[in-house]
Amino acid sequence: MTIEELIQTQADETARQEALDERIYCCSAAGCVSCGSDGLRKAIADEIKKQGRESQVEVCGTGCMGMCSRGPLVLASAAGAMYANVQPSDAAALASANPVEWHALADRHVDLNAPFFSRQMKIVLANSGRVDPERVTDYIAAGGYRSLATVLSDMKAAEVIEQVKKSGLRGRGGAGYPTGLKWELVAKQVSPTKYVVCNADEGDPGAFMDRSVLEGDPHRVLEGMAIAGYAVGAQQGFIYVRGEYGLAIQRLQTAIKQAEREHLLGSRILESGFGFRIDLRIGAGAFVCGEETALIASIEGKRGQPRQRPPYPPESGLWNQPTLINNVETFANIPPIIENGGEWFASIGTANSKGTKVFALAGKIANTGLIEVPMGTSLRTILFEIGGGIPDGKFKAAQTGGPSGGCIPEQFLDTPVDYESLARIGSIMGSGGLIVMDNSSCMVDVARFFMEFCMDESCGKCIPCRAGTVQMHDILRRMTLGEANDDDLAMLEELSSLLRETSLCGLGQTAPNPVMSTLRYFRQEYEAHIRERRCPAGHCRIATEVMA
Amino acid sequence: MSRHQYSGDALIEVLHTAQELYGFLSAERLKTIARKLRLPPSRVLGVASFYHFFSLQPKAEHTMVVCLGTACYVAGALGLVELLDKRCGRGADSKVSVQTARCIGSCGLAPAVIADGKILARVTQTSLATELERMT
Repeated sequence: MTIEELIQTQADETARQEALDERIYCCSAAGCVSCGSDGLRKAIADEIKKQGRESQVEVCGTGCMGMCSRGPLVLASAAGAMYANVQPSDAAALASANPVEWHALADRHVDLNAPFFSRQMKIVLANSGRVDPERVTDYIAAGGYRSLATVLSDMKAAEVIEQVKKSGLRGRGGAGYPTGLKWELVAKQVSPTKYVVCNADEGDPGAFMDRSVLEGDPHRVLEGMAIAGYAVGAQQGFIYVRGEYGLAIQRLQTAIKQAEREHLLGSRILESGFGFRIDLRIGAGAFVCGEETALIASIEGKRGQPRQRPPYPPESGLWNQPTLINNVETFANIPPIIENGGEWFASIGTANSKGTKVFALAGKIANTGLIEVPMGTSLRTILFEIGGGIPDGKFKAAQTGGPSGGCIPEQFLDTPVDYESLARIGSIMGSGGLIVMDNSSCMVDVARFFMEFCMDESCGKCIPCRAGTVQMHDILRRMTLGEANDDDLAMLEELSSLLRETSLCGLGQTAPNPVMSTLRYFRQEYEAHIRERRCPAGHCRIATEVMA
Repeated sequence: MSRHQYSGDALIEVLHTAQELYGFLSAERLKTIARKLRLPPSRVLGVASFYHFFSLQPKAEHTMVVCLGTACYVAGALGLVELLDKRCGRGADSKVSVQTARCIGSCGLAPAVIADGKILARVTQTSLATELERMT
């Protein structure tokens, strides 16, 4: 495919789609698939055939539409109507593409003007729910690969990096390192071989943003990586994806094959002199592999154990070559930045955190699902306007950043969500998991839960993490059983600072965060467990003999 | 293995494929892989035992994976594990092997269980018991 052909394909496919009476989008992300959306899509397709309306109506699968708690979701694009909990028995009505017939579904109509949709801003997820992830032409029709074409035909590598720097984009994996600076570091290295790696080892419990992006818009990530490859001078990319994400792996494989066939990846992309290949590497269930040096070891076929930094991967990464590692969401932000310019992106968000952030809402909240909001949106807006509040019970805390993050209590609900503000109140942005807890959750048990996670996932290379997490977990476990005393609490605090200061990698350094943040805001709960031998949330099973 | 040019770097890919084909990784198979990839057997065993995904023992006919991610945990997934443990046991002769996962990324559907590769959403004690009966 040449650039002219790309533009032609976009025009042809757009015209074809516009000529249809109706295009029915059927959410086929993992959430809706498990609610039976595959069968639904087939039922609608069969109905269309039965009614002989193939030339007027089309059904296609798409990425996540966001309201995962109410799947399967269906969007009738021409009519602009969305329906929730759609069943195969509704297929006949939908296939008729006649809004009058859709009255049968009226009770399941989803108001697209509701705060859940109107308070969101979609950049990364712009195509999710609008584009068939298994058809490259769908992505092209939505303007896909145009940014790559622009980069290859009109921009020098330095200009691409300049735009990314101007955009103020920061790493979406959680740490928030400026993406443009990282690209510049890799570009500066003199080496014939460089690599671009996409970190899709999304391991935080409660996070499913990256999975949804890969499932819903895999080509966007491929395009972002190819642009990065051009900018830093790499010819080979790897996507390291969790083994648990079967559907995402399958969609990525399809997308890579299609892109190679259309010369959007491979040698001489779009007939230019630039070549870039992308290979998949499938993880095998080790949380620590999300740490960049462990991820590198794993791609090289070794045990996923981190190593001392520096040297950082931009200097010496995969096979000791300069390596750029970014997160899925970071790469997905690149094509729109190139298309609209870095300044456009920098106009969204707060002073130091630009653009939007995707969050996975879960826990005790009405609208669980996937959302994207501009940086700086308050937690209150996210949880109570978009999330629809807590169904029953009272808000207690929001947990961000998974096992490396912290719990945010009620008094900080008006904090704007950006990297610095969250760090100030003892949590982190993290990759975007946001779990809501109500007053039935015991904070000591939550801390124990995360410590158990870190204990199991510690790779065992450095002692503070290997032994420290076991000790901390034991103290927390005894607390939840009502068997701990004040000395244990002091020891817990001492171990927290020890782990933070002496562990080798991020896993150990941040493992005490959930403990420290819950101690900071919910110390009275710890004290109740120790001194009164009771659990204020009524969650822990403290034996009566102990109380006596 | 030939697809990866017998390269030692492809060890994890090879282990994935072997497990897919044979269900688990026996000691014999690991030795064969080590020989073909020209790697020390200790390295192959080291890698295979490091990652949770690889199983060194044969698996039961059916598998139930209960997600214990934060959202599922808060939604009461521990009760599901207890139920499965009670019904199936964890012995080698069990027809259903019960496992737990760290987070399967289906937090919107909590609590979630993967039954023979199929994700079950918002699982209750009753729906899980029904599924178990259907399976065995």
